[in-house]
Amino acid sequence: MKYFKDSKTFCFYKDKCTGCGRCIEVCPHAVFKLQDKKAVPVRADLCMECGACARNCEFGAIYIKAGVGCATAVINGLIRGTEPVCDCGGSSGGCCG
Amino acid sequence: MKFVPVNKNQVISAPLLKQGKCCAVPENAINSENEINELKMLPYVEAIRKTPAGSVPRVKVKLSLHDRLEHFKARISAFRMNYKVKPGLYAVGTPGSESDIFVTANYKMSFDYLRSSLDGVNGWILVLDTAGINVWCAAGKGTFGTDELVKRIKISGIEKCVQHRRIILPQLGAPGVNSAEIRSQTGFRVFYGPVRSYDIKKYIEAGYKADEEMRSVKFTLKDRAVLIPIELNSVLKNFVYFIIAVFIYAGLTPSGIIFKDSIQDGYSLFIAGLCAVIAGVVIMPLLLPIIPFRSFSIKGWITGILLFTILNNRTELFSSNGGYSEAAVMILFPLLSSYLALQFTGASTFTSLSGVQKEVKFSLPVYVAGILVSFILLAISKLSEWGVL
Repeated sequence: MKYFKDSKTFCFYKDKCTGCGRCIEVCPHAVFKLQDKKAVPVRADLCMECGACARNCEFGAIYIKAGVGCATAVINGLIRGTEPVCDCGGSSGGCCG
Repeated sequence: MKFVPVNKNQVISAPLLKQGKCCAVPENAINSENEINELKMLPYVEAIRKTPAGSVPRVKVKLSLHDRLEHFKARISAFRMNYKVKPGLYAVGTPGSESDIFVTANYKMSFDYLRSSLDGVNGWILVLDTAGINVWCAAGKGTFGTDELVKRIKISGIEKCVQHRRIILPQLGAPGVNSAEIRSQTGFRVFYGPVRSYDIKKYIEAGYKADEEMRSVKFTLKDRAVLIPIELNSVLKNFVYFIIAVFIYAGLTPSGIIFKDSIQDGYSLFIAGLCAVIAGVVIMPLLLPIIPFRSFSIKGWITGILLFTILNNRTELFSSNGGYSEAAVMILFPLLSSYLALQFTGASTFTSLSGVQKEVKFSLPVYVAGILVSFILLAISKLSEWGVL
């Protein structure tokens, strides 16, 4: 299953990559492959912007505006004029479980 | 694989406990005698184990019928909002100084999945305080995060229980945890385990390596199906307002609200609402991969318009209140399906924030326009029924 492939905030700086493979370990959608001792985002269109790779890259080779792809949170954010807000921890039914 | 042991003298043992002030003692430090007596009574605790970090509850690795009933309840109702375990250190089997440490969230279902995957393993379980939210959602919010893990490592006393300095986290905790930061603040090296806890033993056998299969998140028919009850539950909670609105509208006459009309004319709108919910919350998630287009809102609209076209061709349900009302139904309710399907992005495992923002941007104006047009049509329908038009 694929979602939209454009409008990603995903940036990869190849020159900073040391090929440690951490991003491959943490990515839930196998976006990266190791090629010639460097990580290569071979399936960037599968990225869901969870931010796991960026947070765990010690070398600052990945930038992602991380967030949760949840319409309820996005709409909440629009209504309150804030960043997307997830209510799942509250009393509502919510999406997290 | 090479584990680099940290010089033990550098490890400050539970510094938070030794400040001599009452308030410096953290909430979930070493278990007191009272707490141990409470923990002993818990159905998933089989014994209390003496460790260098004090008394630690040893958990059962088999899930009971009671656990399974609770999981079922958590899947269908708000029960899961308070389905928690106490954060802190637990033992599984007879762990020693070389045993692995597994980290999880304090959502009881996450904890249960982990312990039931550790049958035959001697290890430590470190439960983080994620306010009862599962690992992935909590990592997204940052509660399954660097700060909480550092704090929990320090106050649990786990440093005294093991010689090694490696700690296994669920892979889906990675969005919240900076592994380099954990290393520099605690000396522990983070290993990301598999996505699903039932792969843990395979992961250990493979030399602490997960293959692509173990690392990938899926969204199978079963994964989607188990999400439906809770989604349906939260939508149907608001459905009562819809019913009230429908029966007021349907019963409205120039001389007040007539109950007989409410039932007769409101019935079809009530059924329409129910069908819209079924299309958006049940059918669309089940058929997700085969409905065309990537957008959840378009998928939901397609599901809705198909269902309503079929119903309208086969029955007189929506045409019985006249053409204006029929048009309003055909505009409004597939859009409701679309809106409900859009909400399913939050439960899905592959939608991105930027994608959802894009989708919300093009759908919201359509929803607003659709509501306006269909409300005007319903008003015209009402006025012509009264003979005003």
